[in-house]
Amino acid sequence: MATVTDPAALERWEKENAAAPLREQPPTTVSSVPIEALYTPESLDGFDPDIDLGFPGQYPYTRGVHASMYRSRLWTMRQFAGFGTPRQTNERFKFLLSKGQTGLSTAFDLPTLMGLDSDDPRSLGEVGRLGVAVDTLDDMRELFDRIDLAEVSVSMTINAPAIIVMAFFLANAQDQGVDWKKLRGTIQNDILKEFHAQNEFVYPPEPSVRLVCDVIEFCAKQVPQWNGVSISGYHIREAGSTAAQELAFTLADGFHYVDICVARGMDVDSFAGRLSFFFNAHNDIFEELGKYRAARVLWAETLRNKYGAKKEASWKLRFHAQTAGCSLQDKQPQVNLMRVAYQALAAVLGGCQSLHTNSMDETLALPSEHAVTLALRTQQVLAYETGVTNTVDPLGGSYFVEAMTKQMQQEGRKYFERIEELGGMIEAIEKGFFRREIADAAFVYQRDVDARRKLIVGVNAFQESDEKPLDTLVVGEAVEKEQVDQLRLRKSQRDTAAVRKCLDDVKRVAATKQNLMPALLEAARARCTVGELVNAMADVFGRYDGAAKW
Amino acid sequence: MPDFPPARIVLAKVGLDGHDRGIKVVARALRDAGLHVIYAGLWQTPEAVVRTVADEDADWLGLSLLSGAHMTLVPRVLQLLREAGLKDVGVLVGGIIPEVDVPKLMDMGVARVFGPGTAMADIVAFLRPRSESTHA
Repeated sequence: MATVTDPAALERWEKENAAAPLREQPPTTVSSVPIEALYTPESLDGFDPDIDLGFPGQYPYTRGVHASMYRSRLWTMRQFAGFGTPRQTNERFKFLLSKGQTGLSTAFDLPTLMGLDSDDPRSLGEVGRLGVAVDTLDDMRELFDRIDLAEVSVSMTINAPAIIVMAFFLANAQDQGVDWKKLRGTIQNDILKEFHAQNEFVYPPEPSVRLVCDVIEFCAKQVPQWNGVSISGYHIREAGSTAAQELAFTLADGFHYVDICVARGMDVDSFAGRLSFFFNAHNDIFEELGKYRAARVLWAETLRNKYGAKKEASWKLRFHAQTAGCSLQDKQPQVNLMRVAYQALAAVLGGCQSLHTNSMDETLALPSEHAVTLALRTQQVLAYETGVTNTVDPLGGSYFVEAMTKQMQQEGRKYFERIEELGGMIEAIEKGFFRREIADAAFVYQRDVDARRKLIVGVNAFQESDEKPLDTLVVGEAVEKEQVDQLRLRKSQRDTAAVRKCLDDVKRVAATKQNLMPALLEAARARCTVGELVNAMADVFGRYDGAAKW
Repeated sequence: MPDFPPARIVLAKVGLDGHDRGIKVVARALRDAGLHVIYAGLWQTPEAVVRTVADEDADWLGLSLLSGAHMTLVPRVLQLLREAGLKDVGVLVGGIIPEVDVPKLMDMGVARVFGPGTAMADIVAFLRPRSESTHA
């Protein structure tokens, strides 16, 4: 890399810059990392564009996983949606498709996410509240009623009971006459980040990871266009981590899934190409860019060098991005539109494969039709009006961007070593390492905001005294009763002997090393519920409660 | 240093919601401000929360909900507190609470609702004079 050729000019700049006052808020990233006043060729010590950048679609994929990126195909516009009954969510799906959305993404309610049926006493007040309630295969059928699953790609955000919900989805596709080989989509199915951050786990870490890998293995063989896991940093970041922690912990989770699959005897190239990722898009554009680009490089080099993957598809880190829910504010909520737009810009400049833009009202409620339409329109403006899609990796070669990309890689590698030192992923979880790191970062951030070292419009600066509330979506009280009544009816119509036999089979297989999916597919057809199946497996795996530490 | 014992506050996540970023930050800020903080953890039922409040002889109870289930779970906690003879315990609610629900919760007996963007100092400032008068 060339160096600065005019030392006198550099010296003058250094002097003038040192003499100039700094604004009150220090120049640090959202993650509180200090940023230099200027980046020059000298910031890129040892940078070699042939090695460090390469070409798009080629190792190490710094510039993107496809040769022509958005010139050929835009990212998938995929709004996360779900509330109330399967019928209501099905209507929202159709509404979003009618507005030009190009993929579906399903939000399940908390009881479903925690593996509880709608009629469980612990589900009281939570049914259909944060997402859609799914208890049985019939709910899955209603959820995707009159949506052609061979045409539209579907994402499902579910973790502890992911293998059960995947069984419901596959059984339903079969009932609808859709060949599994035509199904495209993703199931989140990333339990490790639940232990780090989001707390929606049921079983202890090891059997939980076994279930994740059962899905990866089954899909690799039977549902070849399906991403059997979406290794997620999003929730780690939402829980308060820095960008570097998000990057490092997510990739470390990915490596752990690879380790376990390989240990089962799977060829790394038989599944690695279907491991997908999910990152946050926070406020700091350049920190986020560095994160996405570094993620691609670190994944590619580890898959190639450490795991010996031979196929290029195995080296490519493909990711979905969602704008940062934790950055949204309830004060002056329309201002969230602008936050989301900048965050979406970062995700697109960073080469995402699909994107969810949050709605402005999401600190208040689930999005209204008006708010979600504006969020989708934000992506459409970005895609069709701003010109950022015209060339691949438009910021590649920027001294600042390349320096951030390098710095992020270094931070990532340091964390990988740290996790190794702690005894690997499961040990580090048991020691509370990830939770502590994230909680510390969240506390530092809040302290910076409270001390006004970081300004947030409407919150600790530029407040308005007479704000008008937005109209928000209300999930009616009747939803819970409707769903519970429906479930009771369906339970009463089942062949109880068949249900019992299926539950016994699931327990039997859970106690072996066999893949659980075939037994769960049978159980889905017999109308076993999510709650019954989660409980059957809990009889074998036990339950985990390691979350109260702080 | 004040010559009264520090106020005791139980913090808990009620229901199924696992979002604990906020409650953990609040726990640490209150502890740093000199309160005695008992974090009851995740997935607490209303019954379990009230048991902890009684066992810990707490002056305050802070509930965190980002799940939308507050209009079901908070009234249940308040009722159980009354039944246990703990109506003097001040109840705070934090998390995602729509504006329209705030007056309803206050009418039921919640002392204060703290939404997103609340400065930690504001929570401390709210608790401190009240704690002092309780114990003076």
